[in-house]
Amino acid sequence: MQFSDDHEMFRRTVREFVSNEINPHADEWEAAGTFPAHELFSKMGDLGLLGLTYDSEWGGGDADAIYTMILAEELGRSASLGVAMAIGVQTDMATPALNRFGSDELKANYLRPAIEGSMVASIAVSEPDAGSDVAGIRTRAVRDGDEWVINGSKMWITSGTQADWLCLLARTSDEGGYRGMSQMVLPTNTDGFAVSRRLDKLGMRGSDTAELTFTDLRIPVSNTIGVVGRGFQQQMAQFQDERMVAAYQMVGAVELAMERTVAYLNERMAFGAPLIANQYIQYELAEVAAMLDINRHHNWAAAEAASRGEDITRHATVAKLTSARLARQMADLAVQFHGGMGYVEENWPARFYRDTRLWSIGGGADEVMLRTLARMNGIGSD
Amino acid sequence: MAMNIVVCVKQIPDPADPGELDPNTKTLKRDVKLILDEADSYGVEMALQLVDAAGGGEVTLVSMAPDDEVGGIRTALAMGAAKAVLVSDEALVGSDALGTAKVLAKAIERAGDADLVITATESSDGYTGTVPEQVAELLGLPSITFAKSIEVDGNTIKVKRQTEAGYDDVEAPTPAVISVTAGVVEPRYPSFKGIMAAKSKPVDEVTVADLGLDADAVGWAGARQEIVEIATAETREAGTIIEDEGEGYAQIVDFLADLKVI
Ligand SMILES: Cc1cc2nc3c(=O)[nH]c(=O)nc-3n(C[C@H](O)[C@H](O)[C@H](O)COP(=O)(O)OP(=O)(O)OC[C@H]3O[C@@H](n4cnc5c(N)ncnc54)[C@H](O)[C@@H]3O)c2cc1C
Ligand SMILES: Cc1cc2nc3c(=O)[nH]c(=O)nc-3n(C[C@H](O)[C@H](O)[C@H](O)COP(=O)(O)OP(=O)(O)OC[C@H]3O[C@@H](n4cnc5c(N)ncnc54)[C@H](O)[C@@H]3O)c2cc1C
Repeated sequence: MQFSDDHEMFRRTVREFVSNEINPHADEWEAAGTFPAHELFSKMGDLGLLGLTYDSEWGGGDADAIYTMILAEELGRSASLGVAMAIGVQTDMATPALNRFGSDELKANYLRPAIEGSMVASIAVSEPDAGSDVAGIRTRAVRDGDEWVINGSKMWITSGTQADWLCLLARTSDEGGYRGMSQMVLPTNTDGFAVSRRLDKLGMRGSDTAELTFTDLRIPVSNTIGVVGRGFQQQMAQFQDERMVAAYQMVGAVELAMERTVAYLNERMAFGAPLIANQYIQYELAEVAAMLDINRHHNWAAAEAASRGEDITRHATVAKLTSARLARQMADLAVQFHGGMGYVEENWPARFYRDTRLWSIGGGADEVMLRTLARMNGIGSD
Repeated sequence: MAMNIVVCVKQIPDPADPGELDPNTKTLKRDVKLILDEADSYGVEMALQLVDAAGGGEVTLVSMAPDDEVGGIRTALAMGAAKAVLVSDEALVGSDALGTAKVLAKAIERAGDADLVITATESSDGYTGTVPEQVAELLGLPSITFAKSIEVDGNTIKVKRQTEAGYDDVEAPTPAVISVTAGVVEPRYPSFKGIMAAKSKPVDEVTVADLGLDADAVGWAGARQEIVEIATAETREAGTIIEDEGEGYAQIVDFLADLKVI
């Protein structure tokens, strides 16, 4: 992969943005359990960071997916992976379906403001009783004239306490399984919408996560994204963008954790030498360095395939699975080799350890990635 | 009132990866990729703000650099400058500060009617801090140095000029050459759209001859300065670490007393 001068300039812009606009506030946001999404996103919108690959007609950048990758890698190097995740939700988890399948009216009212950063978007798929098994969701939208009447609840919704609209996946027929689902834009200022609670999480604490309920909530049928009944398939396509962004972010995150860990081990003396002098430590880190290379190159291939408009399901599945595991491995080594200094809140490894644990669960657990891959390879049956 | 501003921007080796000195010429090797001198990003930002405040006009960049280098210019164009004049010529190798000033002065004239010329106080690599005043002299323009803020009022430029004690209020008629100090404004990051737009902004690439300058007046031929010697800076001595066993403060007091600061 050959990065252009433009790519490099863009990377510097994002890196400076992260170091000036995110990192100085990260501790405060982590402690608060949330961050000011509207304020941060509008700054990002001004820089054109929120709709890189989207059509300029809606304020997007008409860029290729390499820019998405650079943005996500640099966000992965931020001091708050929770905030990085929430940004990823805005750019590549809650909006791709609207961009791909939405009507012009919906794009004007919801995509454009999301790209500008004046509206915060959430993706609402998971429920208390259905996470890995998306076909098991129960939230229903029943048609009444020109309106959907929605009842149900959604769980684990990133930015759920401050979102202006949700990209909702709901049942719109009784067919069952993955049939009869639709995606729709649900404005959160609609009667019947409630944030039932904010969840107190192990990590990703800079990002707010909510449980939401809908009670006889009415929205126009014209808020449907794409085709009624095709919601599951549309969401599966959207998941691929989500998974790639997680994988891009983890490459940035592991890269920075490696740099910082090596720097620390060069300074820390034990048994008359810097800790880094121990071959055991060198090799453990070299194992991660090798996998990091492989993940990085695989991400490049994925970004290029995405730019060519190819189906990246396989790329996204492999990238999400392996990069999440690599981040966990790096986090474990960072804590281990920092010793007590890695176990206290005042140093970065503790937060890193908690935050990276998420990506083997969120966006489809490791086992769900393996299930997809097994099916693609014709391994076993179900 | 529209306002046209020329900003001199130097493109330098990345200070994070500065390369090395050439033992023969005793100058910094510039065969690496060059970037916008951070010192000049403040001038670019100030110029963009002044043009905004004036409600019209544009920012033109002027740069002298080897090998048709545009890396740093592109950054400033992405920030919002409209166009650039780049002087690049084999004959410029070895130019001293006066040679550089001669080239910049001609390039500024080529850029067209400027209401204001902005430079940094000193570059991050050469840092002689002498180019701006020489440019002003060659152009026959007033020069104000160490500006921490610039305000334009009709045909008058009002500058707060940084001093050791605070600042002086200084005025000059337009056009004038103003050098700004680092850190006085927050340079914007190039936006994604700015980066894309920079690709199609015009860069007027010119040679010494295009500027009507004699090749003998610049480069090694024209240099009146000579770099006699380069030497490694002395490494700083390690500090003293005081283990505080309850009496640490006394040692600090002694130390300060030795320095005669208390
Ligand atoms: C911080 C955070 C943010 C989130 N943000 C969002 C969001 O914005 N929007 C949204 O819709 N969702 C979000 N989620 C939900 C996330 O996508 C789900 O948690 C995830 O898909 C797993 O679903 P679940 O929690 O219901 O686990 P379950 O489905 O109950 O699975 C539990 C575990 O069982 C194992 N497992 C599952 N399936 C299999 C299998 N086939 N074979 C073997 N083992 C299996 C896995 O180890 C899995 O972790 C978020 C979650 C978290 C924690
Ligand atoms: C004898 C001698 C030989 C040299 N040989 C070489 C050489 O071979 N190759 C080489 O690259 N350099 C060479 N240099 C250094 C180069 O000529 C100096 O960088 C130049 O004289 C400018 O001086 P400065 O950086 O100290 O400017 P300063 O006076 O510190 O600069 C102040 C401001 O003036 C503006 N400015 C200065 N230079 C430029 C520029 N080039 N383009 C646009 N704006 C500018 C900027 O706004 C800058 O911040 C040589 C210097 C000497 C003394």
